[in-house]
Amino acid sequence: MAALIFLGVVVLAVMFFVGIYNSLVGLRNRVKNAWSQIDVQLKRRHDLIPNLVETAKGYMTHERETLSAITEARSRAMGAGSVAEKGVAETQLTQALSKFMVVVENYPDLKANQNFLSLQEELTSTENKIAFARQSYTDAVNFYNNKIEMFPSNVVAGMFNFRPETFFEIEDAAQREAPKVSFTR
Amino acid sequence: MFWELIAANRRKSFMLFVGMAALLVTLGYFIGEATMGEGGGTIGIVVATAVWVIMSAASVFGGPDLVLRMSRAKPVTADVHPQLFNIVEEMKIAAGLPAMPKVYIIDEKAPNAFATGLRPEDSSIAVTAGLLTKLNRDELQGVIAHETSHIMNRDVQFLTLASIMLGSIALISQVFLRGMWYSGGSSKRWRSSKKSEGGGGGGALIVVAIVLAILGPIFARILYFSISRQREYLADACAVRLTRYPAGLAGALEKISQSPLHLEAANQVTAPMYTVAPLQGAKAASWGSTHPPIQERIAILRGMSEGAGFLSYQHALAKVRGKPSMIMPASALKKDERVAVREAHPDVAREQSEKDKARDVMDLMRAVNGFAFLLCACGLKIKLPPEIEDASIACPRCGRENEVPRAQVTEFAEVAAAVGAIVGSQAKADAGGPPFAQPAPGGSSGPDAPLEYRRRAHKEWESFSCACGHLLQLSPVFSASQMKCPNCTRITRIV
Repeated sequence: MAALIFLGVVVLAVMFFVGIYNSLVGLRNRVKNAWSQIDVQLKRRHDLIPNLVETAKGYMTHERETLSAITEARSRAMGAGSVAEKGVAETQLTQALSKFMVVVENYPDLKANQNFLSLQEELTSTENKIAFARQSYTDAVNFYNNKIEMFPSNVVAGMFNFRPETFFEIEDAAQREAPKVSFTR
Repeated sequence: MFWELIAANRRKSFMLFVGMAALLVTLGYFIGEATMGEGGGTIGIVVATAVWVIMSAASVFGGPDLVLRMSRAKPVTADVHPQLFNIVEEMKIAAGLPAMPKVYIIDEKAPNAFATGLRPEDSSIAVTAGLLTKLNRDELQGVIAHETSHIMNRDVQFLTLASIMLGSIALISQVFLRGMWYSGGSSKRWRSSKKSEGGGGGGALIVVAIVLAILGPIFARILYFSISRQREYLADACAVRLTRYPAGLAGALEKISQSPLHLEAANQVTAPMYTVAPLQGAKAASWGSTHPPIQERIAILRGMSEGAGFLSYQHALAKVRGKPSMIMPASALKKDERVAVREAHPDVAREQSEKDKARDVMDLMRAVNGFAFLLCACGLKIKLPPEIEDASIACPRCGRENEVPRAQVTEFAEVAAAVGAIVGSQAKADAGGPPFAQPAPGGSSGPDAPLEYRRRAHKEWESFSCACGHLLQLSPVFSASQMKCPNCTRITRIV
């Protein structure tokens, strides 16, 4: 009888563990999924930049540095590996682009170019999409990180090596570093 | 955070649905009892349920498509209006919809929009051409966010189900009351015979049935409209929460309310679905309208002083309406953190000129009607009519030769033809009509022989006359393979 009860307790415990493990895996996948949403938009932004620079080149003959800053920031962002690295690199890219958008105001011909306008719209939309996707990524990471720190799921997380995920801090970083950017040349 | 809202909405929808169903069944029972005597109540219930089942089947299977067709909405691809597609996708990401809503454009100048589709997986958003040309990016985003919120909150589902129930109740009541009116004599006789049997309750039953048949539909309508108005407030609140920019939707509503144009494609059935009620004046709003007064909605949005969260909307609403009415469940409000209002989109400051806007409307109509567009390297947008047959076209501004995207032109023309775009198909018929005639400088004879002009040199201006005698000029940079006579529309090949 005692053996039977013991067996029952063991089975229940195992089922409990399996349940926690599965929910952790599900949450981690949600984080991954949310990240891939951001990643798609980041790649989209990288793809847009060569066209943008190419279109602007013909008009902005005196803005070599601004344009090369964008190109450099882009290649750095494309080379970044981890989420944290990407956050820093993409922030720099955002800054380079916003500086570019300010300079564009001095070139009415460029602003009248249909090609440029549609690229600008794509870029704006991509940045919006990044911001909206980041929101759901942050929510997913928050939920997951809380879960692996809290008892009893932290035991399972420790056993199977579930690591906390990093937040993608593109906007916050931009705000921190914003004063450094000067638009006067 | 949105989950609680959606769940609360579902509960409310379900309660309303149950309430209306109870009303329908009661109505069926009393009408059955009153007209068919003892035991007729069951038959009445069965008939009422059958009416409801048939009506729901019709609208569930044909509903969304029917609504889109009734509104003369045309499906469009991303090339027609990239910004609209971008904004819809942005809102899809923000609202976490499982699939991208299909996008439709209604060829009308009155600015408005609506969403349809019973499930979020299979939804559509339709906007009028006027909306696209009147609003700037932020305002358009506000309107799309409002429609996305309707999809997210399952408002379309609710509206459809409730309106079917309402329709069934109204139909049964109407049939019963008309029947009573026209067959007054026979029913009296029937009732007296009933009385002689010792029934006695027949008269009372008829009175109850008549009262129910008169009050039932009115009651159901009041209920339906009040919830519909609540959902509009809720969609406004959600739109602001999604975009974090109350001024966008407020500006859009202002522009829509100021427009004197009347939406021709709207009718009684589709009217409740639009962003702004299309059939009523700006002021009119009472228990009998599906939308809150637009000025009130604007005042609430403009009065949001505590960020873009739900709580801020709720406070603004309480201030404007003067009484604290709950739009969303308290549990959703409590957890709602402060949401900062974002900056205006930089392009908003740069207002387009009237001429540019007019050109945009025309481009949009062309796109809806099957024109393809080609961007030249010089920045000019070249319009390609569906009937174009050349392999390449010269840019009218810089003369650069551009290859005609054949697949795109065909696809656009087909899409336009499929949805019955009259302009496109007419243009096609015209192009096939006039025969080619013989031009001045040499070639074969006969009225059907193609016109041809051989260029002397490609370095200077040249002129030649068309078969109709009209003088045509060629610029030094002209490099297309054909030219259309503006006088007789005959096409001359340039070699």
